[in-house]
Order: sequence, then C-alpha cells, then structure tokens
Amino acid sequence: MAPAARLIGQAVLRLAPVLAAISLLVFSIVHVIPGDPAVIAAGLEASPATVERIRRDLGLDRPLPVQYGRFVLRALRGDLGMSIRTGVPVGREVLDRLPHTAILAAGGVALAVGLGLLAGLCAALSRHVLVDRLLTAGSLLAASTPSYWLALMLMLVFAVTLGWLPAIGVGTPLHYVLPCLALGLQSAGAVARMTRATVRDVLGQDFLRAARAKGVPEWRVLLRHGLRNALLPVLTLVGLRIGGLLAGTVLVESVFAVPGVGRMMVDAVVARDFPVVQGGVLVVAAMVVVVNGLTDVAARALDPRVRG
Amino acid sequence: MNTWFSFFRRDVLAGAAFLILVVVALAAAAGPWLTPYDPVAVDLASNYQPSSLQHPLGTDHLGRDTLSRLITGARVSLGIALASTAAGLVAGTTIGLVAAWRRGLAERLLLQVVDILLALPELLLAITAITVLGRGTMATVVAVAIYAVPSFARIVRAAALPVVGSEFVLAARASGASVVRLLVRHVLPGCLSPMLAHTSVMLGSAILLASGLSFLGLGVQPPDAEWGAMLSRGRELLRTAPLGAIAPGVAITATVLSFSVLGDGLRDAADPRRMRR
Repeated sequence: MAPAARLIGQAVLRLAPVLAAISLLVFSIVHVIPGDPAVIAAGLEASPATVERIRRDLGLDRPLPVQYGRFVLRALRGDLGMSIRTGVPVGREVLDRLPHTAILAAGGVALAVGLGLLAGLCAALSRHVLVDRLLTAGSLLAASTPSYWLALMLMLVFAVTLGWLPAIGVGTPLHYVLPCLALGLQSAGAVARMTRATVRDVLGQDFLRAARAKGVPEWRVLLRHGLRNALLPVLTLVGLRIGGLLAGTVLVESVFAVPGVGRMMVDAVVARDFPVVQGGVLVVAAMVVVVNGLTDVAARALDPRVRG
Repeated sequence: MNTWFSFFRRDVLAGAAFLILVVVALAAAAGPWLTPYDPVAVDLASNYQPSSLQHPLGTDHLGRDTLSRLITGARVSLGIALASTAAGLVAGTTIGLVAAWRRGLAERLLLQVVDILLALPELLLAITAITVLGRGTMATVVAVAIYAVPSFARIVRAAALPVVGSEFVLAARASGASVVRLLVRHVLPGCLSPMLAHTSVMLGSAILLASGLSFLGLGVQPPDAEWGAMLSRGRELLRTAPLGAIAPGVAITATVLSFSVLGDGLRDAADPRRMRR
C-alpha cells in the first residue's frame, strides 16, 4: 500500500500549485474588473451607507492578501458567497445544478469510451485500408464539428424529424441521450484512433505470439493480452479529455436547456453576477484538475514501467 | 511557389483543404460585394422562411437573409481567428524563446504558468476573461488569444532548445550579437516550420472557440453576423427553416477541418519522420 500512498502524495504535491493558481485567478476576477467591488456587490442603486456595510461584511476593507486568505478558507468550507442577483448562496446553487452537468459529462465519457474502444478495436483487427481511412476521416471530422451544432443536428434528426427523443429540458433519462451523444461523439473519434494505434502496436509484440504459441484461444489473446495492454494510453487520453467534456457541457446545456452549472455560469456572465461566475469556474476548474491528477495516479499505478 | 505546388501535388488532401480556405477567404474579403441582401436588414414579414429562389438558405427569426449573413460572417469569424492567433503567436513565441534561452528559475516559472493555462479547459479560461472584459468582439479576441498562448510557447520552446545549443548560435554569441538579435535572427528561423503547422491548426481551434462563445451570447453581439452567433437561435429554425441552422455549422466545420488538415499536412511535410503511413 506504501507505493499507492506515495503516488497520491506526489499527485497532491503537483496539484497544489495548480489549484492555488486557479483560486488566485478566480479571486482576482472581482478585483481586476473596473469599478469598486463593494459597489458591484451592493448594486448600483445602493446608498453609500449600504455600500460601506457590505464592504465591511465582505471584508473588502482588508488588505488583499487577507481577503485572498479568507476567500480560500471559505471556499474550502464550501462557502462561495452570495449571488448578487438572487441572494442565494452560490455553493447551494452549484450543488443543485452539478448533478445535471455531472450526468452529461459522465454519459459523454461512457459513450466516448464505449464507441471509441469498439470502433478502434474493429479498425485495428481489420486489415482493410478503407476501414482505417474511414476512422481517420471520421475522427478528424468529429474534432472539427462544433458540439453545439452537432447537438442541433441530432435534435433536428431524432427529436424534430423522427420524434424518437425529447428535444429540450430534463426529467426522464431519455432527455439525457442526445446531450450525451453530442458531447461524447467528439472524444469517441480520438479514443478510437488511440485504441487502433495501441492495439496494433501490441499485436505485433512477442508476448502475444508467445501466448498464441502456447495455445491460448484467440479471443482471450485479444482481450486479456492485447486490449489490456493497449488500454493504458487510452485511459490517459480519456482522463485528460474529461476536463474538456466537463467544460464542454456549457455549450450543450445551452442547446438542450439543461439547468446545469455551465448554463448558470453563462447566465451569470451576462447578468454580471460575479460571485456566481467565480463559484462556477472555481468548482469546475478544481474538478478538472483533480480528475487529471487522478488519471495520472491511475496510469502510474497500472503501469509497472512508470511506477518506478 | 514551386515548392508549394509540389507539396499540394504530393498531399492531395491538404490541397483540397487549401482550396476550401481560399473560397472562405474570398468570401471574407469580397463579402459586401457578394451578399444579395443587407445582412442586418430586418424584415419581420418574411421571417423563418425555408429555402427559396429569393433566399437560397432561407431567413432567420428577424427575416434576415441567411446566405448574406453567412458570407458576412466569414469575414467576422476569420478576422477574429486571425487577430487572436496572431496575438497568441507573438506572445507565445516570446515566452517560448525566453524559456529556451534563460534556463533556470525564469524557465521554470514560465513553464509552470504555461502548464496551468494548458490544464484549464479553454471554455473556462475564456469565460473568466470575458467576465473581466465584458462581452463583445474585442473580449472574444483577447480570450481566444489567451487560449492560443501556451501551446505556441510549448512548441516554440521545444523547437528552440536544440537550436539554442547549436554551434552557430554560440558563434554569433561570441561575435557579440545582442540577445534579441540572437533569438530573432538565429534561433527563430529554426522554429518556423513547426510554428507554421501549429498556426494552421490553431486558426481552426480559434474559429471553434470564438464561434462557441458567440453561440453562448458571450462573443460577437447581435445584430452582427457571425457563424456561431447565427446558431444561437438555431433551435427555433429547426421546424420551419432547418437550412438556416445547418448552413453555419457546415461553414464552421468545413473551415476548421480544412485548417487542421492543412496543418497536419504542413507538419508531415516539415518532418519526414511523421509521414502518414
């Protein structure tokens, strides 16, 4: 268990400066924008007395390093301030909306991995040049297609024309199918290409020939020895893409009117509701960084060569 | 010119991509002379029209001609991508060169900042920048430029490192060339081909990000025509005039795809070891 503890320790050490930088970036939003943060928080019509009260309440009269320290300590306790527009605590708002975003991202990842592995494996096993070309073209096309437009096209085909799936909103599991597709297809192409490349690499290795020679059935050779060894780079790729998928929900939530964290951030930017933007960016960015760190730990734990 | 011709003859895909980009660039350059209608002229009596002889791609929710807005949008989308990529290229190249030249603390600090920027998804970075700057075209250019900086820095540093250590740089240094002259005249030329390839790919990514921001209502503001902004009310077009929702996406996809195919082709041509199998 000791190596695992050391791995996690290393990951935390590497993540800490990144998380600190993100919190500093988010903290500085209110101080970089033109205007007095206290006036912004109080609203433009507030009386000078109210502004002063809010300045004291929020600690805006303290030196900046003290303010930053308080900001971090409060954020660690889950206190992200109040929405200027609604007065609701930002932490609660984020918690209310996070499940929708998490479902979209998780569904997108599951789709990307499932479809990508399947297509990549097929392409690696087929010796046909055409399959290769199709896969390369398909993944390139997927990477160039804006997710929100893909979402609209999926809606046009499956909701408007065929009427198989609901177009907008949440409520039933069916509502999440199209958004997850729109999110996942892009990464599926990348996963498929990576799977094809690594599986093909592994297939040429001596240990596979050895396994065949001692009479292991072909399917077992492919799954136990081939796919398993090919999975590591794919896992790393997927882990690195989860961040993009989490942030990518912003666009897809907009198309399908999903009340997630992304939609919340966009509405807050438009309404200049800074604490909500800060809270949203902080939570999503922290999730992205932690997922990337976990991927790193998992990759090291699974690969004896990097474990070192 | 001859080398370009032979490059496109060898790499037919890159040639096709280049042709598509020429068409888009022509639309961007000659936009105002090509558009059949005023792209911002509102005609509520004829909104949500399907494709017809008068309006080949139909009209949007305010009765504006979709084809005219598509052509006008080419200039906006391409302009934002060019401006932001150029800014990111200059800033990123400077950081990359300095990080390759000044080893030690300066390099470590710069690389740490670059890595943090790379670790954050581009949309989060852009939303943060736009929160500070306020919505609009200029804010979009800055947000996309910030996104472009770290990848240029990484690529330039990687390309510059071997050059910095080479003997002709040492010779130039010994003969008393200033650091700026050394970096610009002797090191930078050695980094140009990976930079060129990455510029092409980055132009595509810039279009994707900028149009996404405009789609969300954070980038180019109405009534200006921009490909992403044209899709922001796309849902309402799906039932009556779906072409209006299809066309801008096709334009974005084709342009982005062309930029990345061209970039891949340039990279392969510059580095024979990475030739397509």
